[in-house]
Amino acid sequence: MSETRVAMRTSNPAKTVDHAMIVGWGVDANPQNDPTYPYRDRSEDDHSGEWQRPTQQEPDIELLKSVEHKWLPAVFGTASPPSGLSGSMRRLAFRWSESNWAHWLLLIGADRVNMIEGVIEDLAHSQIPNIPKEMGVPAEWRHNKTGLIKKVGVTAAIVGTVTALFLAQKKAREPEMRNALNP
Amino acid sequence: MRAMNYRGPYRIRVDEKPMPRIEHPRDAVVKVTRSCICGSDLHLYHGMVPDTRVGQTFGHEFCGIVEEVGPEVENLKAGDHVLVPFNIACGQCHFCKQGLFGNCHESNPQATAVGGIFGYSHTAGGYDGGQAEYARVPYADFGPTIIPDWMDPDDAVLLTDVVPTGYQAAEMAGIQKGDTVVVFGAGPVGMLAARSAWLFGAGRVIVIDHIDYRLEFVRDFAPAEVYNFKELDDVVVFMKKTTDGLGADVCIDAVGAEATGSMLQTILGKRLKLESGSAIALHWAINSVKKGGVVSIVGVYGPTGNMVPIGNVVNKGLTIRANQASVKRLLPRLIEHVRVGNLNPKAIISHRVPLDDIADAYHIFSDKLDECIKPVLLPSAA
Repeated sequence: MSETRVAMRTSNPAKTVDHAMIVGWGVDANPQNDPTYPYRDRSEDDHSGEWQRPTQQEPDIELLKSVEHKWLPAVFGTASPPSGLSGSMRRLAFRWSESNWAHWLLLIGADRVNMIEGVIEDLAHSQIPNIPKEMGVPAEWRHNKTGLIKKVGVTAAIVGTVTALFLAQKKAREPEMRNALNP
Repeated sequence: MRAMNYRGPYRIRVDEKPMPRIEHPRDAVVKVTRSCICGSDLHLYHGMVPDTRVGQTFGHEFCGIVEEVGPEVENLKAGDHVLVPFNIACGQCHFCKQGLFGNCHESNPQATAVGGIFGYSHTAGGYDGGQAEYARVPYADFGPTIIPDWMDPDDAVLLTDVVPTGYQAAEMAGIQKGDTVVVFGAGPVGMLAARSAWLFGAGRVIVIDHIDYRLEFVRDFAPAEVYNFKELDDVVVFMKKTTDGLGADVCIDAVGAEATGSMLQTILGKRLKLESGSAIALHWAINSVKKGGVVSIVGVYGPTGNMVPIGNVVNKGLTIRANQASVKRLLPRLIEHVRVGNLNPKAIISHRVPLDDIADAYHIFSDKLDECIKPVLLPSAA
């Protein structure tokens, strides 16, 4: 943990303009015209953008930082650093700003890949995930038996129909395949 | 320690995880005594928030006992009972200096639009949360507040998010005495927003939802007029009719990204994820408020975009006010409201669940089973 404390100053182009040179500067200013009252306290708003920064937490994990940040914020979480294919996708996503859809769509894609990686990780640790329990099926059984039976029934019907269609299509193609192999 | 472990959309469990440690001189480690599942946790649970990583522990509403403090924390000591605001705020950056503690610039590397939030994806800083036996609390010399001796811990845990968020929804709405206030959403935040609207002098409070048991609860809790939108032909026309054709003075969106009520928004936002969830509640709020009125948004949306009638915002001359609740700013006022009995937050707690049964608790809350309003998790070590 670093003990460094840095006072930051953001550039403010307005400071390069002498307001005294602007005819009518501030004549219609009205302190009561504040749509952020009362949740924003402007009494200390000096427009300087300066503050005494907190002590910097030293990163001991890989950290992805928004390109919109001027510096690394003083504290951060250290849960689940990026790893695997999903980690590569996240690294790529952080090339773009928060204003870019590619940034967010890649992150959502990485989340889905990460879900599969999680199952693989469980199996690698000889842990078979109890998916019904993780999804709260016992609670569904306690409080909504009919709904659960309906969901299982609908899912079974869809899976059964898709499987039957697939098998029927495969069977229909068998003579064509045989003819193709034995002309 | 035992902690919630996210495995993917709709899949969570409790596992053994390493104990949190002091990682910064202003950190504390807190032994969690109570944590809640928030409606916004369901956005994570449903896989709607980008950069929600497998292995993370959720939970941004918790209170507990200070276990250990870092060398720069002088106002807390081991053994103090504290409630922990969901915002991670340094208290000294450009935004914190203005009381915008939900917008801290020193707590979230992954995004600039939002400050750090406990257990709320890497888009909100990548912190593990309080749905665990222990939690790391950054900026512990600023955020956590010692729970007064007289306060029920059930009230204390609700002061970490749901009460300030509901209250700030009403505060941002700029309610004047006699105003008609419409709250979209009868979840815990909507309930507190409706209750708080009276504290600001509302003349009439209306709550809209489609879940009857919640509407029945808020009718007495707030109290409020309640309507099930599924029984209305057109929510906006109904609102106009019930306000002499003018619209409400104030509309509050206390729903956010998972609103029900529009097939188009559901497909685009919730199924295809081409927008940041379904924004139908906000759509109704904009169209139901009167010209020159105020729309206050505390419902949580994702970081991309949403389909809302922005042209009507311009043409009607609306004021839109929105933010994450600035919990630390509001706590002194809210603690006083609880003390004198103006607010009774713990009344909304419907379920107390051992931490080990968290998967059931999420499912019950998500699917609105067993008339669930607000589940509280109890770690076995508490």
